[in-house]
Amino acid sequence: MRDVAVIGVGMTKFGELWDKSFRQLIAEAGAKAIFDSGIEGKEIDAIYVGSMSSGRFVGQEHVGALVADASGFSNTHIPSTRIESACASGGLAIRQGYLSIASGMNDIVVVGGMEKMNDVVGASATETLATAADQEWEAFFGATFPGLYAMIATKHMHDYGTTKKHLAQIAVKNHANGSLNPYAQYQREVTLEQVVNASIVAYPLGLLDCSPVTDGAASVVLCAADKAKEYIDKPAKIVGSGQASDSLALHARREICTLDSTVNASKMAYKKANLTPKDIDFAEVHDCFTIAEICAIEDLGFVKKGEGGKAIDNNITTLNGLLPINTSGGLKAKGHPVGATGVAQIVEVTLQLRGEAEKRQVKDAKIGLAHNVGGSGASCTVHILEAM
Amino acid sequence: MGCEGVARFWREIPQRYNFIGNKCGSCKRIFFPPRESCPYCRRKSMGNMKEIKLNGKGEIVTYTIIHVSSEDFEDQVPYPIAIVKLDEGPQITAQIVDCNIDDVKIGMKVESTFRKIRQDGSTGAIYYGYKFKKVNKQ
Repeated sequence: MRDVAVIGVGMTKFGELWDKSFRQLIAEAGAKAIFDSGIEGKEIDAIYVGSMSSGRFVGQEHVGALVADASGFSNTHIPSTRIESACASGGLAIRQGYLSIASGMNDIVVVGGMEKMNDVVGASATETLATAADQEWEAFFGATFPGLYAMIATKHMHDYGTTKKHLAQIAVKNHANGSLNPYAQYQREVTLEQVVNASIVAYPLGLLDCSPVTDGAASVVLCAADKAKEYIDKPAKIVGSGQASDSLALHARREICTLDSTVNASKMAYKKANLTPKDIDFAEVHDCFTIAEICAIEDLGFVKKGEGGKAIDNNITTLNGLLPINTSGGLKAKGHPVGATGVAQIVEVTLQLRGEAEKRQVKDAKIGLAHNVGGSGASCTVHILEAM
Repeated sequence: MGCEGVARFWREIPQRYNFIGNKCGSCKRIFFPPRESCPYCRRKSMGNMKEIKLNGKGEIVTYTIIHVSSEDFEDQVPYPIAIVKLDEGPQITAQIVDCNIDDVKIGMKVESTFRKIRQDGSTGAIYYGYKFKKVNKQ
């Protein structure tokens, strides 16, 4: 297995991008990443692209070929593969690109992720997101996607004393980080009162506990690590990669408050990297809802099970804390174009490792982790990156 | 979800109307909905999964109150949804009915009740299935 490095990153602004189409978004992100990497384009061996539900969001499938075409690579005929794993589509695309280079099959690949969610009206977006849940045994009976995470929250509050205030503090923190990120959908802070008093979506989760509906795309260029410095001064090496699955329905899991897919994907990544949770300087975790960030920092091994709420009380996870979490603003404030999210996390981790995260730069950022979840935890990827 | 064929609902009727699950002949674990094979016994369970009717009683493991639903359930909000651990072991997701929303609690004993789940607009099919209500102590 060869080492793999990130040599270029790029993303569109995240938000309600009424003037941009699906294909414009991915072409823009891809062009930025390729430009950033210094490659010309003809070196690219393959494209991997994550998209959760282009068919329902914009009525377009067959997006592997579309992305190659929109990005100007239809005349080179390179392989282009679309990857779907609900909200973890981007993370899986990263892993497929990584594996293709690690195996020796490819030297340079472009990985993209995108979702155009605002071309359908609100209720339709909610229904499409619910397809990440079990259609026959969850959604059929009236469970919504926020409802599943709300049930995790109710149980976490009951078992561990986590409060609505803990949840709200996650949103406050991530909006504060988002206010420093020019690519974020919400570049404004929110107050604890605003989050706690927001209208209820699925008790105990309110509107400001939820990540938004977002348009956006992100892209990275991956390269065999031994060749990375031919293209860029500061590559970021992918030192660990893990992926895991679990039952599609939340109710069928071993434990409601533990995402075993996160536990297993992170174990795989830590083992490959020969690192422990203590070695991680900062992380981008999958905060599709505020409770998800609490579960994530527990399941990734940063804090003990049940103590995710305390971590925010003690300011451990703030930008200047011991372990900054979601410096980009996370899914909550940066936005969550589902297929793009896992790739955008790698963009943020890479920028931090290069020291290019500007106002939200973490001091001495040497090792960063990205954690991307599909559905309510049926799939997960974890990647660990280190400055080269 | 407006324009689906009815076959996909029809074929789930034994489970949704009558709580038909199945049992692994090897390890005796019970599954609902029924599985093609047992994830614990795998090969040994093939051809050895027996249908079994569950009693439809259980306990609330966790719950939420849905205030923003999909279009199909808009006429029902706010409504409680829970994960119920059935007496025989499997856990399922279902609505809790016939009670005040504030009464729904973790640990509450519940039993199934046959109800309308939703309908496809004003002229489409009506879908039925299980919901749960509080067990009243005798």
